[in-house]
Amino acid sequence: MIQNNPIGRLVAHIILIVGILIVAFPIYYAFVASTQSLQDIMRPPLSLLPGGHFWENYTTALFGGIGRIGGVSVGRLLINSTIMALAIAVGKIIISILSAYAIVFFRFPGRMVFFWLIFITLMLPVEVRILPTYKVMVDLGLIDTYTGLTVPLMASATATLLFRQFFMTIPGELVEAARVDGAGPWRFFKDILLPLSKTNIAALFVILFIYGWTQYLWPLLMTNRNDMTTIVIGLRKMISFADADTEWHLVMVTCILAILPPILVVVLMQRWFVRGLVETEK
Amino acid sequence: MASVELTNVRKVYAGGVEAVKGVDIDIKDGALCVLVGPSGCGKSTLLRMIAGLESITGGTVEIDDKVVNDLGPAERDIAMVFQNYALYPHMKVYDNMAYGLRNRGMPKDQIDKRVREAAATLELTHLLERRPRELSGGQRQRVAMGRAIVRNPKVFLFDEPLSNLDAKLRGQMRVEIKNLQRQLGVTSVYVTHDQLEAMTLADILVVMNAGAVEQIGAPLDIYEKPASTFVASFIGAPPMNLIPVTADESGLILKDGTRIGAQGIVVSDKDAIIGFRPEDLEVATGTESHIGGLLLDLKVLGVEPVGAESYVYGIIGGERVVVRVAGRSVSQPDDHLRVIIPKEKLHLFGGNGKRI
Repeated sequence: MIQNNPIGRLVAHIILIVGILIVAFPIYYAFVASTQSLQDIMRPPLSLLPGGHFWENYTTALFGGIGRIGGVSVGRLLINSTIMALAIAVGKIIISILSAYAIVFFRFPGRMVFFWLIFITLMLPVEVRILPTYKVMVDLGLIDTYTGLTVPLMASATATLLFRQFFMTIPGELVEAARVDGAGPWRFFKDILLPLSKTNIAALFVILFIYGWTQYLWPLLMTNRNDMTTIVIGLRKMISFADADTEWHLVMVTCILAILPPILVVVLMQRWFVRGLVETEK
Repeated sequence: MASVELTNVRKVYAGGVEAVKGVDIDIKDGALCVLVGPSGCGKSTLLRMIAGLESITGGTVEIDDKVVNDLGPAERDIAMVFQNYALYPHMKVYDNMAYGLRNRGMPKDQIDKRVREAAATLELTHLLERRPRELSGGQRQRVAMGRAIVRNPKVFLFDEPLSNLDAKLRGQMRVEIKNLQRQLGVTSVYVTHDQLEAMTLADILVVMNAGAVEQIGAPLDIYEKPASTFVASFIGAPPMNLIPVTADESGLILKDGTRIGAQGIVVSDKDAIIGFRPEDLEVATGTESHIGGLLLDLKVLGVEPVGAESYVYGIIGGERVVVRVAGRSVSQPDDHLRVIIPKEKLHLFGGNGKRI
């Protein structure tokens, strides 16, 4: 659908530009606000150009410790969020690729039972099983630990099903060729399956990293200590009900910092991500 | 190098389907054995049982006089070329060929030597750094062959390796496979549904039908003396013409009631089938002093000239037949010809389809 009609192109461009503006403007506005002093923000209208407090605001937020979140710096929260998102993404991928491998390539008693058990958990989102899971975590003494933050979110039916679908497209002849070539199950997994799944893994990593990064309810329950909480929760804590109590310039800084890592992940993995979604390399 | 011996090999699938019903084949060291038959005849299953990719329900498979029933594919010292080549898509040609050797823990320099030798034999040297997706069908086929020969196995197994190539390339690769197999002298089992491939490649030809062996022998022996009407119609293109007849004391009667003089041909079965190859028919000039065969009336339906020869399609006694004529045919549709099947070219089958 590529047309060389100039009016059509113009209209298309206008629509795209308007769309980008609608999406990008709030982010830009947040950035502008993050470079102003609190007094400027409190005195509308807010300028559309960045102000002069960039370094001051960002260093305060990153290293200073912010009163409303118990004197913890945003840097600490970023580290927590990163650890949580990475652990969830990597853990989910490892668990689901291994379970999909077992379900697709091995014949063992109860194979279909396990498959359906995994499948059924799709119908149980975190929110539904949150109370029993919370109880288990409390009994195990895992409140305010990274383990408690990440492990319950790792078991993933979606990723298992995605890998299963991909594995089923791998021709049986390839598996047999590997057997004739003397590759055992582990070698086959390491030398053939993993390299072929590269793009799928990358696509899943991006999706799961963002999933982990944006978690709200679970970290809210699991963390009491301010230095163990995530940036999303921290952001919420920084906003007070009384407008005057809120340090809006620092809130805006935290907003910008909070969206940077996911953007970074998407940009860095974009090439692989798109390939993983579009093509199946065979 | 080794012999391969199958003794009463059977395969019954979990659902109770008997795919292979007791097959005995003895393949001598260095021979190329071709399994041929229509799809679903069990030829691929049999090959996969030799490879160890399919479990064996009954009987024994021996390689080099050693029963290998319970060995995995890697322990049987075989190499297999698959229909879709099954190259590892993410590995370079070099690694595709080296993979099996690495898994056996062969030293690096030795692997390198072997891979380069095999690549040279197959003219793949300039492609070693490419990936399979950058290769043409014929080149992929060669890599698949290369992967088999670097291993220097006791037995080569080919599972319809040429069926994804175009006709011209197929002819070329067929000759190459034959030459390579001779040169290396490795015992081979080759599965195909293409009778031409089977005829040209085989030292021993095994014709299979419905899970059982119909006939084993040298290709030309099978062509000249098919053991059953199935073999007769499967081997040869166009296939052998088969005409059902009934016999009584005085001769043979065609299905449409025509009585033909049986000139010293004795048929003991009441119901029988006479067969003749398309190229074995002679046109009667009317001046023969003695007719040493069957004299029949053929009504021409149409003629297909293909250059060096022509195919004349017609009807004898209500059955469609095809006749191969050298050069161009002068026959026209609706012509009636008197034709003779010489006695020594005539094939007779009983009512059960077995050769008499």
